[in-house]
Amino acid sequence: MATTTLNPAAPAYRSTLYEWLTTTDHKKIGIMYLINSMIFFVAGGLLALVVRIQLVVPKSADVMGGFVTPEFYNQAFTMHASFMLFLFIIPILAGFGNYAVPLQLGAPDMAFPRINALSLWLLPLGGLLMASGFLVSGGSAAAGWTEYPPLSQQLGTGTDLWIMGLVLIGTSSILGAINFLVTIFKMRAPGLTLFRMPVLTWTVLVTSVLVLMATPVLTSALIMLFIDRNYGGHFFDPANGGNAILYQNVFWFYSHPAVYIMVLPAMGIISEVLPVFSRKPLFGYKAFVFATVGIGALGFSVWAHHMFTTGAVFLPFFSLMTFLIAVPTGVKMFNWIATMWRGQLQFSTPLLYAVGFLSMFLIGGLNGAFSAAVPVDFALHDTYWVVAHIHYVLFGGSVFAVFAGIYYWFPKMTGRMLGEGLGKVQFVLMFIGFNLTFFPMHQLGLAGMPRRIADYASAAGWNELNMAATVGGFIIALSVLPFFWNVLVSLRNGKVAGDDPWEANTLEWATSSPPPPYNFDHLPEIRSERPVFDARHGRTAAH
Amino acid sequence: MAADTTALTASDTHAATGHSSGGIGNPVLGMLLFITSEVMFFAGLFAAYFSIRANYTETINGVVVHHWPPQALEDILNPFRLFTPEGYLNVVLPATIMLVLSSFTCQFAVNAIKHDNRTSFIRNMSVTLVLGIAFLLLQLFDYSVLIREGLTISNTTFGTTYYTLTGFHFAHVFGGVLMLGVVLYRGMAGQFSSRHHDMVEASSLYWHFVDIVWVLLFSILYLL
Repeated sequence: MATTTLNPAAPAYRSTLYEWLTTTDHKKIGIMYLINSMIFFVAGGLLALVVRIQLVVPKSADVMGGFVTPEFYNQAFTMHASFMLFLFIIPILAGFGNYAVPLQLGAPDMAFPRINALSLWLLPLGGLLMASGFLVSGGSAAAGWTEYPPLSQQLGTGTDLWIMGLVLIGTSSILGAINFLVTIFKMRAPGLTLFRMPVLTWTVLVTSVLVLMATPVLTSALIMLFIDRNYGGHFFDPANGGNAILYQNVFWFYSHPAVYIMVLPAMGIISEVLPVFSRKPLFGYKAFVFATVGIGALGFSVWAHHMFTTGAVFLPFFSLMTFLIAVPTGVKMFNWIATMWRGQLQFSTPLLYAVGFLSMFLIGGLNGAFSAAVPVDFALHDTYWVVAHIHYVLFGGSVFAVFAGIYYWFPKMTGRMLGEGLGKVQFVLMFIGFNLTFFPMHQLGLAGMPRRIADYASAAGWNELNMAATVGGFIIALSVLPFFWNVLVSLRNGKVAGDDPWEANTLEWATSSPPPPYNFDHLPEIRSERPVFDARHGRTAAH
Repeated sequence: MAADTTALTASDTHAATGHSSGGIGNPVLGMLLFITSEVMFFAGLFAAYFSIRANYTETINGVVVHHWPPQALEDILNPFRLFTPEGYLNVVLPATIMLVLSSFTCQFAVNAIKHDNRTSFIRNMSVTLVLGIAFLLLQLFDYSVLIREGLTISNTTFGTTYYTLTGFHFAHVFGGVLMLGVVLYRGMAGQFSSRHHDMVEASSLYWHFVDIVWVLLFSILYLL
């Protein structure tokens, strides 16, 4: 058999820093995605604490002289959401995709490595541009992360910086999506058919299609807002023939698919973790794939359920489509539970987070279904019920999946295991803190507390629940400390992982930990969606 | 990283090179996906345009009517007049014809390089580039005329949508001209052949896309 020899020229000496700053290696880029996202996670978390301290008691202006001004309070919740959505959840999931997808496909890198580097570096640039609003007079964007006109047209330069930053972040997402799609369609190893792809890769595929179709529409909404603000345009200005609801339509045409962009890869991570730690294959692989595609497709037909109370949308259609989303989601929930059913569960930290995901995401799904009913939505719109819902799906869902993914792939990325003890401490603290913060918000919403208010009357009956939410917020903040300590300690002294510490299924575990720059010396034969399992058990027969 | 460089068997060349076998090339697929995202970007702007257009009313002779474009602009926007009401040259139709022609010459260039006909490739690509630049210059001239005729981005919703749509199209043509410039430069350096022309094909797809967007824009802004 003919042999080819890889014989790269000896590289000139470069410092490690230079190497990381200029790399086009998808693994390093993926890890930098994670680090960048974690920085904004901390920044967004601190802003959330500002919000929670402000609301800890009623009439905080009298009690503690107003912890922050109402103006800064508006900036705090606006930038909290903007950081968490656009600079933490979306990029960190893209980071997992960046790290894992080429490995899971048996490919040496992404299809366009330099564009991949561009996608990464646009993120801190866009993030800093957005955050620089805090330095200008008038402060950062403050009209809420949705930036509805007319309010967003009346605030200061911070809003322009927010728009410019978000356009850059969107461009990063679009370029990343193109890269993922070409990689997935063109770079799969021999034998790796579409229906043998790992589920994480499938979810990244569907997510990339959503990004490709939805994010440019956000860009157009932002650009129109920018033109209205700076060049005297009248897109959203009813006084001059414009239409303020138009912004909401265009914005949510992106931002509803965006919630699936924020949760589908998280579901992919859960679907990687559950089979491995249940010692069983994923139940109903194909049903899971079709459910993912179904959620992605339905995701484009429900945007106006954010706008029921505008009176400008066709309620029965959007309500029905929203309820329909529960069907593919229910299929997934069933598959996950059936995967664990009678499995040999190994309660390592990744599984704890995965089970945390299942239970919390279930609550988030159920309280979302309530709001899909039009009469209920009319009562709950813009109350804390909505805040509870978004956090149960995005924190209880996506963030728990992010930590499951970090504990799961950290050995592959670094060659060392994260400490299990600290991991479990972190999980317990975060689980308690999360529920203490966000469960009371359901009751606050039902009791009529509006979101985005800086103060409330002491007679409104919201005092104890707000106090509980603030205490919970600090427990969440406390819970990330063992995590960062764990990372620092484990990088130096963690248990050496070996190639495949979890006895997993997918191709990234067939190479060394960390993998070499070109990923694989040899690929195992691929005859099913679990090639590494097959190789471990000497099974190469068709699945 | 720990692993050494090792000899790879032929069956492992996938791992070594990442080359996919057959089918559409990576750059062409990447460009098609990029164009998909651009279609969605313009779809957002078009949606805004139609929404504003549908709700537009004005008062003519004391009657509120839906009249689009606004009556005051009707003569200015007639593409078939050689001169505008104020007596400036109206260049929108020639510019449109140039851009449509350039799409054809661009495709001739692609077909030429597929048959290794480099002379024809360079000739057609040069013509495409000249037509593209001419379109940009005529568009700038047209903007100056429209502003002198009194159509600005801020004085009507028509102006807001007109300048936003055509302005972003202008930016895309400018990007396309840069792209074709690189293609022409590399072509003159002999870097393309019948076997290696993915970049030519990808750039031509983009050029066709900006052309089609203009045909749509011309139709909704000037004709319909």
